[in-house]
Amino acid sequence: MVRLITHNILACHAKGCTSNNFPLQFQDVSIELREAEFNADFLRGFLPRLEWPALVGAARQLGDTSLPEEQPEMIDDEFLQKLHHVLLEIHVEEGAMVCPNCKHVYPISNGIPNMLLAEHEIG
Amino acid sequence: MSRPELQAPPEIYYGDVEAKKYTNNTRVQQIQADMTYRALELLNLPPDQPAFLLDIGCGSGLSGEILDEEGYHWVGCDIAPSMLEVALEREVEGDLFLQDIGQGFGFRPGSFDGAISISVIQWLLNAETSHPTSSPPHRLTRFFTTLHAALKNPSRAVLQFYPSSDDQIQLITSIAMKAGFGGGIVVDYPNSKKAKKVYLCLFVGGGGGAQQQLPKGLEGDEEAEARAQFEKRRERLRSREKSGKRKNIKDRDWILKKKEVSMILSRL
Ligand SMILES: C[S@@+](CC[C@H](N)C(=O)[O-])C[C@H]1O[C@@H](n2cnc3c(N)ncnc32)[C@H](O)[C@@H]1O
Ligand SMILES: [Zn+2]
Repeated sequence: MVRLITHNILACHAKGCTSNNFPLQFQDVSIELREAEFNADFLRGFLPRLEWPALVGAARQLGDTSLPEEQPEMIDDEFLQKLHHVLLEIHVEEGAMVCPNCKHVYPISNGIPNMLLAEHEIG
Repeated sequence: MSRPELQAPPEIYYGDVEAKKYTNNTRVQQIQADMTYRALELLNLPPDQPAFLLDIGCGSGLSGEILDEEGYHWVGCDIAPSMLEVALEREVEGDLFLQDIGQGFGFRPGSFDGAISISVIQWLLNAETSHPTSSPPHRLTRFFTTLHAALKNPSRAVLQFYPSSDDQIQLITSIAMKAGFGGGIVVDYPNSKKAKKVYLCLFVGGGGGAQQQLPKGLEGDEEAEARAQFEKRRERLRSREKSGKRKNIKDRDWILKKKEVSMILSRL
């Protein structure tokens, strides 16, 4: 299961690929929605770690436009509910993630991204 | 039988048959659960705060299942597709990655509140090919530097593993230190052949003073200890069955009950 929480912390790790290597772009994805337990404390704690524009962009790529362009200053429950859904309930099951820099393709099958590199791509 | 890591590469050794056999073995389940609880104890996370953890070499989810029980969010990675498939079947809640930890991670800096690894990194000591990038020191260096970057400052990573010599302990520890970690080795039950367990307990950042002191290993009557743990484990399973769903069992008492001990850590 690639959820957007994980996608948001994931950069390309191929050899020499150290800039413009985030966020990975989704390609030909199919998604599933699955309910998860809401935990406001966890979300508040995680918020400072997020790359906001990347999260908003990825959510839009997956058809979810509920998040505001700018991270709001007021963190209320309504916002946290939206964030919860985007971060933890959208599962990418099939497709791929492509590095915007080196174009390495990380295939996703059965919800599991294949992060293995070829010999010449290992740093 | 020689050690698994000497028999075949991990993704071959843990094929479909072994992945099921391993996961369904109740003795394995118990040992992996006990070590996971101990690793969490050594991780020393702030109590009752949610955390985002990395399970390195998560396999079929025996360790991850404990993280679920404890209410942590987590990400797991493993090189063996068959193990990950079993993890999917068991419906663990963490996000799973097919990844060779010897190739390093691509996680953004400061992503995780901590990391655990149960019975995995001895596999990094065996070269599979003669490519320079697959030499054990190179792979260990990639692993530890990218892990260090992925962790928050301050935080910890606790890695239980099965060294086959002091030289291996030395090699692994020195590469971890070069990658920027503090900390060292904690040995539980050092005098017992069967119960002895080695944990590499790594610190990111010196901050927090006393918090980043290397913890003590456990000593004492490991036979009685093992029996007590098994009882507890069964209790846990029963209460989980009764409740009908996973829940956050904040039952760390049994860990704390273990005999407080004289010091047996060695700092390398
Ligand atoms: C004994 S199992 C432990 C699994 C799990 N942590 C547990 O406690 O049940 C060891 C695991 O390490 C994984 N492993 C070995 N070498 C690895 C590597 N280079 N990268 C990722 N995983 C690896 C194996 O595939 C296997 O699933
Ligand atoms: Zn790249």
